[in-house]
Amino acid sequence: MTMDRAETSARIAALIEPFNKKGIEVADATRFTDDLEFDSLTVMDFVAAIEDEFDIIISMNQQAEIENYGQLVDAVVKLQG
Amino acid sequence: MTDMLSENETQGHADLFSKFDPLIEMRRDLLSTGVTDPFGLVMEKVISPTVALCNGRETILLGTYNYMGMTFDPDVIAAGKQALDDFGAGTTGSRVLNGTYAGHKAVEEALCDFYDMKHAMVFSTGYQANLGIISTIAGKGDYIVLDIDSHASIWDGCKMGDAEVVPFKHNDIEAMEKRLRRIPEGAGKLVVLEGVYSMLGDIAPLKEMIAVAKKYGAMVLVDEAHSMGFIGPNGRGVAEDQGCLEDVDFVIGTFSKSVGTVGGFCVSNHPKFEIMRLVCRPYVFTASLPPSVVATATTSIRKLMTAAEKRAHLWESSRTLHKGLTDAGFQLGTEEPQSAIIAVIMPDLERGAMMWEALLHEGLYVNLARPPATPANMTLLRCSLCAEHSAEQVQQIIGMFTRAGKTAGIL
Repeated sequence: MTMDRAETSARIAALIEPFNKKGIEVADATRFTDDLEFDSLTVMDFVAAIEDEFDIIISMNQQAEIENYGQLVDAVVKLQG
Repeated sequence: MTDMLSENETQGHADLFSKFDPLIEMRRDLLSTGVTDPFGLVMEKVISPTVALCNGRETILLGTYNYMGMTFDPDVIAAGKQALDDFGAGTTGSRVLNGTYAGHKAVEEALCDFYDMKHAMVFSTGYQANLGIISTIAGKGDYIVLDIDSHASIWDGCKMGDAEVVPFKHNDIEAMEKRLRRIPEGAGKLVVLEGVYSMLGDIAPLKEMIAVAKKYGAMVLVDEAHSMGFIGPNGRGVAEDQGCLEDVDFVIGTFSKSVGTVGGFCVSNHPKFEIMRLVCRPYVFTASLPPSVVATATTSIRKLMTAAEKRAHLWESSRTLHKGLTDAGFQLGTEEPQSAIIAVIMPDLERGAMMWEALLHEGLYVNLARPPATPANMTLLRCSLCAEHSAEQVQQIIGMFTRAGKTAGIL
């Protein structure tokens, strides 16, 4: 499971890069809205990129529960089953 | 006892309104430039579907969604007056209790005839139609797949229900298909689309999108609020125009645009549709429309069935305005005119508000649309044409835009 999480985290980190305009260092506690300053359009594009990469759906309901990077990685690990 | 209570320490008072501070500040900044409040316009007198008196000035109306100009139709007005006399000012009741009069059944029959569908259900507003139908039919464990640029009433319908909500990029068939494909097997699926998207006035490739939705076993709901009355051979909307209305499970519409009054509806051929009247809370727990409103709507809908000439004239005006504004140098929301909405893209909110005011001084009213209502954070001046705009008025409008564009430094 820990290997899975590390691998998932690495793949997500690569996907964040083009959206991380200010080059902020990303850790589990990094928040998308407050720290990375993602607006709603960025969120949509970023979520779509993750969904395509892992072939999953992250519904709006699930997105509402995800505030920071660590929570996203956990959610994606879980969604991959 | 009272003394003791008052001596107790209480927590600091948190103003629930502080969350609105950024918006209050944004408005203050905008108004401090001296610009007229674009969201505080009052029409002192409405002269016709296309002209009103605003701030004492005769103003051409180009932002009313009154596409077919039915608001002052003599037959429509006569029907409303008669119903006021015969049935009174209001029903004071829910449709499922004391709020269904002969007029409510008549307007639902008119809708069945207009769309050639078996069932019609009338709500008190278009907003409630989306809110009610979407939140009721998609429940826990179901999935709603919808266009990211959907109207607020669609989003609120999603939020009110218990389904999983999955948006996709505007009009992107592939993005929609990917999401449908990933939905767990056996889950209920509802695809929500609009015929015309009101911000940019662009239409959806419904034929292709609905074919994909059906391939994945989804039910399809299409909001045709901005197309009813003039798109499609019988004015049934974009789905009719593209030859796929038969595959639409639910059409949502409104009386507050082409029909010229207020109210909303859903039409459907679903064999179990009538149960909606008992389970749909925004239908059950609201007073029904006043008798005069349903009477005007019935008359208007029946007249719209044979309004081919008006439809042709409206399309002509849309093409003329689109070309005139393009030639003048404005950037528009669509390359070709796709509906009766023509959106003029402004560089930013400040210049958009300046341009809006310059147009008002010219004697022209359009809608100023700004984020978050707009896609891609755009500021738009939205023009919606009316079948009653004369060819001369359309030329006047182009002249007004050109002059105001120079005043506001956009051209």
